[in-house]
Amino acid sequence: MNQTNRAPYFFIAPAVILFLVFTAYPILASLYLSFQRYEGGSYSFVGLANYSRLMGDSIFWTALSNTFIIFIFQVPIMLILAMILASVLNSQLLKLKGFFRVSFFLPAVTSLVAYSLLFSVMLQDNGLFNELLSYIGIGPIPWLSDATWAKVSIIMAMTWRWTGYNMIIFLAALQNIPEEMYEAASIDGAGKIRQFFSITIPNLKPIILFAGILSTIGTLQLFDEPFNLTSGGPGNATMTLGLYIYENGFEYFDFSYGSAVAYVVVVLVAVLSFVQFKFTGDKS
Amino acid sequence: MKQKTKTQVMFGKVGMYVLLGIFLVISIFPFYWMLVGSTNSSDKMFTSPPTLSFGGQFMENLINLDNTVGIGRVLFNSLFVSGTYVVLALIVSSTAAYAFAKFDFKGRNVIFTILILSMMIPYQATLIPLFQMMSAYGLLNTYFALIAPQLCYPFAIFLMRQNFLAFPSELLESARLDGAGEFKIFLKIVLPSMKPALAATSIFLFMYQWNNFMWPLVAIRTQDMYTFPVALSTLSGVSYTDYGQMMMGISIATVPIMIFFLVLQRHFISGMLGSAVK
Repeated sequence: MNQTNRAPYFFIAPAVILFLVFTAYPILASLYLSFQRYEGGSYSFVGLANYSRLMGDSIFWTALSNTFIIFIFQVPIMLILAMILASVLNSQLLKLKGFFRVSFFLPAVTSLVAYSLLFSVMLQDNGLFNELLSYIGIGPIPWLSDATWAKVSIIMAMTWRWTGYNMIIFLAALQNIPEEMYEAASIDGAGKIRQFFSITIPNLKPIILFAGILSTIGTLQLFDEPFNLTSGGPGNATMTLGLYIYENGFEYFDFSYGSAVAYVVVVLVAVLSFVQFKFTGDKS
Repeated sequence: MKQKTKTQVMFGKVGMYVLLGIFLVISIFPFYWMLVGSTNSSDKMFTSPPTLSFGGQFMENLINLDNTVGIGRVLFNSLFVSGTYVVLALIVSSTAAYAFAKFDFKGRNVIFTILILSMMIPYQATLIPLFQMMSAYGLLNTYFALIAPQLCYPFAIFLMRQNFLAFPSELLESARLDGAGEFKIFLKIVLPSMKPALAATSIFLFMYQWNNFMWPLVAIRTQDMYTFPVALSTLSGVSYTDYGQMMMGISIATVPIMIFFLVLQRHFISGMLGSAVK
């Protein structure tokens, strides 16, 4: 019996050790670093100096507002699209479900770098997008060279990449809603739309929360897309917090300041997740 | 009355297929265009009307790409790093997940909660100290640096745990009564029945590492250590970009993982469905 008592600790030891060394320590070290400054060859404690520098840093505010603009538009558009697709794919009447499911998920399989570069080619001034738009008399649109359109480009690209992923998450939840609920509702005379709002949405609440939080964390960390699609430009129009951390850390080698930006992201994730919990998860 | 519902159903059906058709084209077309691009020269990507058919530049683009990034070496790096990572991370996460699912020990819930909550911490918050750590021990630009930091991947632990929870505890008890050691029970009795879960988890781990970008970008200094995403991102030049070569690179990064996914999609999607449900 003694062995049984010690066994679980052996089983979790590798994970716990790796977690302490490569996750817990860096997270704390990063916090500590954000209160320090590198001067004359060594680090010294400077309190909140890095954070007060952030307050007056216009690039930081641009990065923050860009991240929020992308977040506010991209996440709801994507989640609504994903929910519509999931409900359609959950319909009893539909054939070829497996085929559609796999096809819509396919963009989520590609690497962030690969798809960002693919979009960067399609979105050139004389690229495929503008060429196709010209047939319906639109454009050319300066996708990557205009401050507003560059953000739209990032939003479009992210929506293409992640909608199918969220659709699968929603589909899983939809399949757990008992068919009898819908049958009872249609006997009571509720139409499809009514059923969607009074059965589907309430039942999906916990999953909407789950998908919302995942997307929030993802968007606040946004890096690969602006790095490869727009390089943060034009100007700083698509500068994100993720990109700004990278620039400070690995282009200017200002680790302390980069860490302060990273902790702004940590706090934002925590706050936004909390808000989403409050709004969506009234039960658990 | 009956007639009306029938037409409504018809309309609903047609509407559904039209909607799905539009999304199908949007999802798939960029991949097709990517493949077309990899067989054409750079300027063919910007013609009017657009080039939508395959060209004869496949080998030339491949050779150009190889000259720029050394495709063999880069593929080897990515495959080696991802493959090793999957094996090691699978060991780490399945053992931990098993303990969390099937043992009652002091600190279990606290440790599990901390691991799960850590998924909410942005990766970037660990980036700079990880870099300093690797730098201090002279480990930058090594396979170790690429593989080690994410070996404890909480999502994989979570996914495996869900599956272990469903394993009947009576089987474990009877094996213990027969005098089998805990590791033996785990290896000989539990793991063999976990093949679908291990497959699903390894797909996630493989994709995660194969597509990983920010950390390799920071940790790798020389071209011979580039992983595929890092090599790809160097292809968009400041003054001149060879788009044919770039499309070839994007295709090579995408096609194998797509085939991998298509072959294993059943496990993949059931893995996702399982994780999202609980």
